[in-house]
Amino acid sequence: MNEATQYKLKLERLGYHQFRTMERHPTNYLCKGVSTGTTILAVKFNGGVIIGSDSRASVGGSYVSSKVINKLIQIHDKIFCCIAGSLADAQAVTKMAKFQLSFHSIQMDSPPLVKAAASVLKELCYSNREDLEAGFITAGWDKKRGPQVYTVSMGGMLLSQPFTIGGSGSTYIYGYVDAKYKPDMSREECLQFATNALALAIGRDNVSGGVAHLVVITEGGVEHVVVPGEKLPKFHDE
Amino acid sequence: MAAYVTQNRVEMFSRPNDKFPNWESQEVSTGTTIMAVEFDDGVVIGADSRTTTGAYIANRVTDKLTPIHDRIFCCRSGSAADTQAVADAVSYQLGFHSIELDEPPLVQTAANLFKQMCYRYREELMAGIIVAGWDKRRGGQVYTVPMGGMLVRQPVSVGGSGSSYIYGFIDSNYRSGMSKEECLRFTAEALALAMERDGSSGGVARLAAITEAGLERTVILGNQLPTFFSA
Repeated sequence: MNEATQYKLKLERLGYHQFRTMERHPTNYLCKGVSTGTTILAVKFNGGVIIGSDSRASVGGSYVSSKVINKLIQIHDKIFCCIAGSLADAQAVTKMAKFQLSFHSIQMDSPPLVKAAASVLKELCYSNREDLEAGFITAGWDKKRGPQVYTVSMGGMLLSQPFTIGGSGSTYIYGYVDAKYKPDMSREECLQFATNALALAIGRDNVSGGVAHLVVITEGGVEHVVVPGEKLPKFHDE
Repeated sequence: MAAYVTQNRVEMFSRPNDKFPNWESQEVSTGTTIMAVEFDDGVVIGADSRTTTGAYIANRVTDKLTPIHDRIFCCRSGSAADTQAVADAVSYQLGFHSIELDEPPLVQTAANLFKQMCYRYREELMAGIIVAGWDKRRGGQVYTVPMGGMLVRQPVSVGGSGSSYIYGFIDSNYRSGMSKEECLRFTAEALALAMERDGSSGGVARLAAITEAGLERTVILGNQLPTFFSA
């Protein structure tokens, strides 16, 4: 067998069973507990939501397997989700959710509610809680309630919040987002808030990095903004 | 100093062992938030006031800002016993050194004494310390001695379990050349944010400003802390 397979088997023997994923914070990569190597956030503003993430995928915290992956997954026209946890689990769950949502939307003959999308994810996470290791942030716009942000934690809890952050990089920006968030921001203020938060988290978390992917969802449509690394805001010690 | 990453990834409103907490068998720890900021004429230091043994708050009005000499303080985080023992030993050594020199000791000397002790006994100790003070040679200085025994001087330093949550806030809000009042407000806001998010930090916020003129200590009670938007 080739070197790659041998290495994979060795890691599995050591209990490091998730390979090619976004998680494994370096301090505990040999343990079963997983901390998600990423920074994701979603923020509601006046008229829409912004959902954002970094773009780094790393293996063991020491090798960046991809510098530019997009962690923002479109599960319907105006509903996006971003994932925290095992990339494999996340892909499987979002594929299921996408199918269920599109079927539901055809049956109802109207775009699905953001709450419905979040509920679908929650059902999948909760029913399979023993086997899965994935949490989601769902954000979008629908006609009934306008812009909304939901978080589905790893065990399957569903919570609606004005803004939410997740992933390993999020611990470093709790203070910043608590201090700086204001309800009913304008689109530009919110973009600046989300970009700053991502830049600060990327600055302190070594498994977050690359570019900042931001998606702005409003009644008018969906806009994808990419802020490359060198254009991210710099702070006092950089 | 980063928090330990917990193995448990599921939010719980309460746990089965909350009914019968086993806090007798847990070590007393200052899961905490400590912070120190340099400004032109001195330093501002701050800390929360919670000491825990597991889930029980053993002391909700702890003073984690310990004087080592007239114008030199240390902020303690980690094991309460370890940091008290190390601080006692260092303040004895520093007092003796200052008498030999016949002048006030340098902050760098105090920091190095902490570093030597924390590095030599690194396997036995669990102590993260920030040393801050004023001396005639270099003015206000902040040195951090995290677990393991490294020593580095920084204009602003945070430590303890609550510090992870405020790195972003500190990075974005710190500017060099702040006045004493601005530093005090910056420290109070950062501590309040950390105490909101970290279960092991809370109580009152203790602040101290150390300058050539002397020492000013303040306490901000829980209901007087700065408030922020709560999601």
